[in-house]
Amino acid sequence: MPVTDNVELATMQKQPVVRGHNKSWGRAWLDIRTGLTLWPLWGRLGWNDILQRYRRSMLGPLWLTASMAIMVVSLGILYAELFKTPINDFLPFLCVGLLIWNLMSTFLMEGGTLFTGSESYIKQVRLPYTVYVFRSCWSKLIIFFHNFLIYFGVIWYFGIWPGATALLAVPGLAILLLNGALTSLTLGMISARFRDIPQLVNSVVQIVFFVTPIMWKPELLQHRTYIADANPFFHLVEIIRGPLLGSVPDPKHYLAAFIITLLNLVVAGMFFARFRSRISYWV
Amino acid sequence: MTDQSTVTELVLQDVSVSFPIYHGGSRSLKKSLMFRGSGGHLATDASHRITVEALRNISMNIQAGDRVALIGSNGAGKTTLLRVMAGIYEPVSGTVTSRGRISPMFDIGLGIDQEISGYENIRLRGLILGLRPDEIEERMQDIIDFTELGDYLDIPVRTYSSGMMTRLTFAVATCFAPEILLMDEWIMAGDAGFISKAEHRIQRFVEKASIMVLASHSQAICRRFCNRGIWMETGQVRAIGPIDEILDQYAAHTGQ
Repeated sequence: MPVTDNVELATMQKQPVVRGHNKSWGRAWLDIRTGLTLWPLWGRLGWNDILQRYRRSMLGPLWLTASMAIMVVSLGILYAELFKTPINDFLPFLCVGLLIWNLMSTFLMEGGTLFTGSESYIKQVRLPYTVYVFRSCWSKLIIFFHNFLIYFGVIWYFGIWPGATALLAVPGLAILLLNGALTSLTLGMISARFRDIPQLVNSVVQIVFFVTPIMWKPELLQHRTYIADANPFFHLVEIIRGPLLGSVPDPKHYLAAFIITLLNLVVAGMFFARFRSRISYWV
Repeated sequence: MTDQSTVTELVLQDVSVSFPIYHGGSRSLKKSLMFRGSGGHLATDASHRITVEALRNISMNIQAGDRVALIGSNGAGKTTLLRVMAGIYEPVSGTVTSRGRISPMFDIGLGIDQEISGYENIRLRGLILGLRPDEIEERMQDIIDFTELGDYLDIPVRTYSSGMMTRLTFAVATCFAPEILLMDEWIMAGDAGFISKAEHRIQRFVEKASIMVLASHSQAICRRFCNRGIWMETGQVRAIGPIDEILDQYAAHTGQ
């Protein structure tokens, strides 16, 4: 049975729209497509999410940048001393790593409230569920770009010039965003159903932070590199961090990122196709 | 405006909706829910979870020109039925067939952001209603005129009085031509001077709709704006018919 369903849109339906309980991929795909066309809505909502937090403060969202900068500088100096590594090598590494980690971890930690946090919307108005995903990705990206100012400060201070290699960070960031969107979609659905999941994810994220080479350089592992290589987060960090620091990432990172993305696509896709229609019952 | 060449309709066939209660595995909760005696029926599904059967085998055929009033006691399933019609809940079994753009008016204040200006809120509300940005700009002047808020629209709505707020949300909610309009309780409020103006506007708004489904406890509103009545009881349709007939039956039933 072919199903078309975009009742929420302004377009007039000439064809009757049939809705029933079914778990088709077609409707999940339609949700994604109509979600994308609603960019004026999620663009505005995502932007408002940030403004709301910093309204009437002088620095506004730059407060994020300021606190991040303080963290980078103080941790950079401390750890360069602790690890006995030259600061002009370690601080830029830490800075870029923290910027990426910040983006990555918010996807994981806020993914749990993706749908439960939008309960009032979900229960009152029919919007494609991906609107909530795009909204959260967009506001996280805005925050990332605010924080990214620090990077320019750091490369200027330490006189690093990554050259055209830095452009490789753009596809890297795109891959990370895609994975972030897929993961928060999956986490959002599971957490709507099982409310313990966000707590669990939060505690895991803390551990992942220390296990992933962000505060320490992967070279410290010496011959035990499998510790980093087995960590999917390491590869996703590396495809952005490498270019920003002027080195082309090792092909193994791209291969790993490709496999991670594929897995993420399959899992999120299957969950979404199967349980999309249940989300409104769960929240 | 409504495209007259398109015939709107809303058809429900054998629609059932049940809500699983995930944290309700214990017998005590099961008992307490049963004693509350609410509208929905409790049942257990295949995996022995408790479910509330909010709607059971609902069939109805609503055609262009129909103004349907949903009546029934609290918990009879009126809101759930409206949400199914709106596509918020996809039925567990059965099918909903709709032709025409569905406009649910359940919470006209949804998405209002206290910190942004009146203008920005109008744009945001418009987008949530499913209007395109250019459609919103087209209607902006009409909204501005109706709200009479003038320069206030430039400042954050947190500074508005509740009356001003009502005018704003009301004006946006009624600024377009709905095709299938779903309302959970009649939208109406405001200060005395505003009410007659609002009444005129909502009447025009409702008249523009090809189909209206309204859940209301007010018999006067139902009689005035609706031509058909559906009496819901414990998640089922008890009676469907002309509005006066159904209201009389319902009144006789509840009067006892």
